[in-house]
Amino acid sequence: MTITKRMFVKLAGATALAGLIAGPAAAWEPTKPVDFVIMAGAGGGADQIARFIQSVAEKKDLTNRPLVPNNKGGGSGAEALIALNGAGDPDHTILVTLNSFFTTPLRQENLGIDVQTFTPVAMMGVDPFVLWVHKDSGITTFEQWLEEVKKGDYVMGGTGKGQEDSLVITYLEQAFDLDIKYIPYKGGGAVAKDLAGKQIMATVNNPAETKGFYAAGDVVPLLSFSDERMPAFPDVPTLKEKGHDFSYYNQRAVVGAPGQSEEAAAYYQDLFKTIYESQEWQDYMASESLSPLWLSPDEQKAYWQTQVDRHKELLAAMGE
Amino acid sequence: MRLAEILTAGILALLSIYLMWKSTELNVGYIRGEGPGGGAWPFWLAGIMLICTGFIAFNWWRRTSPPSQSDDVLLDGYGKRTLVLVGGGLIAFIGLVNIISMYGAMAVFLFYYLRFLGRHSWNLTLILSLAIPTTFFFFFEGLMRITMPKGLGFTEPFYNFLYSIIY
Amino acid sequence: MEILGLLSDGVMVSLMPINVMLILIGVTLGLFIGAMPGLGSVNGVAILLPITFLVPPNSAIIFLAAIYYGAMYGGAISSITLGIPGASTAVATTFDGRPLALSGRASLALVTAALASFIGGTISNVLFTVFAPLLATVALIFGPPEIFALMLLAFATFVGLGGDDIPKTIFSICLGLVFAAVGFDEISGAPRLILFDINGFLHGINFLVLAIGVYGIGEMIWTIENTRGEITTTEAKMSLKGIVRDSKEGMRRGWKGTMIGSFLGFFVGILPAAGATPGSLMSYGVAKLVAKNPKEFGKGHPGGVAAPEAANNSASTGSMLPMLTLGIPGSPTTAILLGGMVIWGLTPGPRLFTEQPDFVWGLIGSFYISNVFALLVNLAFIPLFIWMLRMPFTVLAPLIFVLSVVGGYAATQDMHDVWLMLVFGFGAFFLRKLDYPLAPAVLAIVLGPIAEPTLRQSLLLSSGDASIFLTRPIAGPITVIAIILILLPVIKAVVTRMRGSRENAA
Repeated sequence: MTITKRMFVKLAGATALAGLIAGPAAAWEPTKPVDFVIMAGAGGGADQIARFIQSVAEKKDLTNRPLVPNNKGGGSGAEALIALNGAGDPDHTILVTLNSFFTTPLRQENLGIDVQTFTPVAMMGVDPFVLWVHKDSGITTFEQWLEEVKKGDYVMGGTGKGQEDSLVITYLEQAFDLDIKYIPYKGGGAVAKDLAGKQIMATVNNPAETKGFYAAGDVVPLLSFSDERMPAFPDVPTLKEKGHDFSYYNQRAVVGAPGQSEEAAAYYQDLFKTIYESQEWQDYMASESLSPLWLSPDEQKAYWQTQVDRHKELLAAMGE
Repeated sequence: MRLAEILTAGILALLSIYLMWKSTELNVGYIRGEGPGGGAWPFWLAGIMLICTGFIAFNWWRRTSPPSQSDDVLLDGYGKRTLVLVGGGLIAFIGLVNIISMYGAMAVFLFYYLRFLGRHSWNLTLILSLAIPTTFFFFFEGLMRITMPKGLGFTEPFYNFLYSIIY
Repeated sequence: MEILGLLSDGVMVSLMPINVMLILIGVTLGLFIGAMPGLGSVNGVAILLPITFLVPPNSAIIFLAAIYYGAMYGGAISSITLGIPGASTAVATTFDGRPLALSGRASLALVTAALASFIGGTISNVLFTVFAPLLATVALIFGPPEIFALMLLAFATFVGLGGDDIPKTIFSICLGLVFAAVGFDEISGAPRLILFDINGFLHGINFLVLAIGVYGIGEMIWTIENTRGEITTTEAKMSLKGIVRDSKEGMRRGWKGTMIGSFLGFFVGILPAAGATPGSLMSYGVAKLVAKNPKEFGKGHPGGVAAPEAANNSASTGSMLPMLTLGIPGSPTTAILLGGMVIWGLTPGPRLFTEQPDFVWGLIGSFYISNVFALLVNLAFIPLFIWMLRMPFTVLAPLIFVLSVVGGYAATQDMHDVWLMLVFGFGAFFLRKLDYPLAPAVLAIVLGPIAEPTLRQSLLLSSGDASIFLTRPIAGPITVIAIILILLPVIKAVVTRMRGSRENAA
C-alpha cells in the first residue's frame, strides 16, 4: 500500500481558527488513530453515513491520524454508549449517533447513561421520515390510506419496537385511531425490500433507504413527517398540513466521549465543520434527502434535552 | 473417561437450566395472534438441550457411548501438562494484552512457546518473536486500519512514535 | 446482443495496463486478507474504499472487485491449511479440506478449491450477465416465510453431518441456536440472554468467536495433546507435475460438487436475507446427499471442498445482484460496496442497469477478469501455503494461536470476545475428547440469526398460524422437502432397528 504523504497544511483553516484562541503551537491533534464508533451494525443507513463521513476525511486528508470505523450496534446502540461512557481515552473516541442516542438510555435505564455527559461535536443533518405504499395498492393519498387501514388487518414493517419508525407509526395509530400490525425487521433496507416485494403493505422509512424503488416507480410516497414539504417530494403533503402538529427526524450527529478535553472537542468540532461544509457532504445530503440542521455545541446540548423529553413522551405513549 | 462423561453431562445440564432460566426474562410462551414470545426460541431449545443431557446420562448408565465404556483417564500426565502449559500460556497471553499491548503480549507468548515448549534455538526464537509482532503491527494498524489494544499508558509514547512512522 | 457489446467494453477497460496492475495487487491483497482468520472481504473492501478515491472511479470499482474475489479465494486457504474457517462462508470447506491437508494432500485440496472457485465464479458471472433483471424479481418474491423454509432446508441437508451419537449431535445444534439468540431480540426490541449480565454479550456471540475458539484453540490443543506433540502431517510435496495431477483428480472427483455449488450457491446468494453462507453449507449438504458414497465425505473427499468453494464464490457474485438491482445489500461486504456507490454518486436500484450501463457492465466485466487473475495468483501462491504447512509444528502451533487471538479481536474489536473465544476453546477441547460433534453448533450459530427472526416475522404476518409455511406457493414445497429430508434418517433408523431387533430375536 502506498502510505500517502500527509500534508500538514491541511488543517490550515481549522488551525487558524483555533489559533485565534490558543496560538497554533498549542493546537491539539490526535496522536493515535481515532476510534470512530458507529451506533449501528455494518451496512445500515447510519453505517453508510458514518463511512461516507470517514471517506470524506480520508479523501481530503483532513486528519493526521485515521478515523477507524468501529461498529457497535448491539442492544440498539447500548453497546456503543457503554463503550463511550467507559472510554479509556476520551480524546480519541467519537461516536456517530442516531435517535437511539436518546431512546436507548430511556428504554434501558439500568445502563446508567446520561447523554448530557457526552461532548457535543457536530450535527451533520437530520433524516426525515416518509410514509410509503406499494404502487399496486392503488392508494395515492393519505386519506385513501386511512380508509384502507380502517378496514382492518393492515400490516406494516419497520426496524423494531421502540425504533424511530415505530414511534411514528404509534403516533399515527393514536392520532387517527388505527390498528396496525407491525412486523420488525433488521434494517431499513430489508423493510424497503419487503414493501417492494409486497410482503408488507406500508412502511415509514427514510427516503435514502427507499429511493431506488421510488425511482423505479414501485413505491409511492403518501405523507412526509417533516416540518415543511421536502424538496425531493414537492407534491407530498406533510402531516402538519393535515392538521397534526407532529414532525419526526432521525438525527445524524457526531458526539465525543464523556470527559473529552476542550482542546480535543474543539479539534473535532472544526474537523466536522470542514466536512459539513464540503461539497461532498452537501451533495450527499441533497441526494439522500437529508435536511441540514447545523447547531453550535451549546445548541446541540439544548437540542438533546428537548429530544430526550420528547422521546420520553413518545415512548410513554407506546406503553414502553 | 467414564467419570468425565457423566460430569460433563451434569455441567451441560446445569448450563441448559441456566439458559432456560435466563430466557424467562422475556416471554417464553406463545402469544395468541403473534407467535412465540421473545424468550421462547432460546427457552425451548435449551429445554431440548436439557433433555439431550438426560439421554447422554442414560447412555452413560447403559454404557453405550464410547466414552462411557472407556476406562482411560480423561487427561493423563501428559495431557494435564499440555493443558497447563499451552492453555496457561494462552491465558497469560490474553491477560497480558491489557497490560503490555497486543503486540507485546504476542512477542512474550511466541518467545515462551518457541523457546520453552518448542525448544528452538535462541536465534530462531528471537527472530520470530520479534518479526511476527512487527509484521502484524504494520499489517493491522498500517494496512488494515484495525487498532489493537495498546495496554496500559506506559506503552503510549512508543506507539505514538510508531504511528508517526506509518501515518 | 447489446449486452455482449457492453460486456466486452467492460472487459476491455479491465484489461488496460493500469487496471491489470490494480487487479493483480487487489487479488493478491484480497487473498491474504481472506486467508487471515477473522478478516474477510468485508474488511478488505471497507478499508480500501477510501483509498479508491485516489484513482478514477472505473479503476476503483475494478480494484474493489479484485479484492472481493481475492478474499473469496483466500477464505479456503485458512480452512484447509490451518483448519480454522476464516469466514462463515468457508466453514464447510474445513469438513473435507482439513482431513485432506492432514493426510498430506493439502495441495489437492487447495487446487480443487481454486478451480472450483473459478468455475463457480464463472458460472455465476454468466448467470448474472444473462438473467440479472429477471432474477431481481425472484429475490423480491422471497419474503420471511420463504427464507425460513429455506433455512429449514439448509438444516435438513445437514442432518447426516453430526457424529453417531444422536443426543450429543442434537445438543450441539441447539447450543449453537441458543448462542445465536444471545444479545438482542429483533422482534420485541429487547436485550436478551445477557449472560451473567456481562455487557460484552450485548452484541451477541459472533460466529467467528465460536468458530475460532472451537477450531483455532480447542482443536489445536486437542491435536497437541492427542498426538503427544509428535504431530506428523504427511510430508506435502509440491511440483508443477503434482499440480497438474491434483487438478485432474480434483476435477474428476469434484465436478459434481462444483456444479451443485455453482448453481445452488448462486440462487441462494441472490436472496438478500440468506447470502453466501447458507449457500455454501447447503451445497455441501446436497453434494454429500447425491454422492455415490456419502460416507467418504468428511474424511477428505475433493467433492466436499469443491461444493462449498464453488458455492461461496458463486453466491458472492449472486449477492451483488440484489445490491445493484434493488439497492439491498445481501452481505456486509456488498453493504459497504453499496455505500461506495453512493459516494461515487450512483443510485443502486431497479434503474441502475438502464441509467448507468457503463458502470454496471464495467463492474461485471471486471468480475470476469478478476476471477481469472484470482485463479492464477492463487495457484501461484499454493507452494507458499504448502511450505507453511511444512514448518515444524512447534512453530506452526504458536502462530495459529496468535492468529486466533488477533483474529478473534479483529472480528469485533472487543477483548470480551477474545476471552469468550478462549472459554469456547477450552470447552471445545473437553467436548471433543468426549465425542461431542461441534461442527453442528458452528453451523447453527450462522443459520440461527436468519431462521429465528424469519420464523417469527412469518407468524406475525399470519397472526400466529403456522400453516403459512405450507400454503404459500414457494414456501410450501420447500418446507415439505425439508421435512421429508429431516425425517428420512429417522425413518431409516427406525426401520433398520426394527429389522435388527427382529434378526436378533430370531
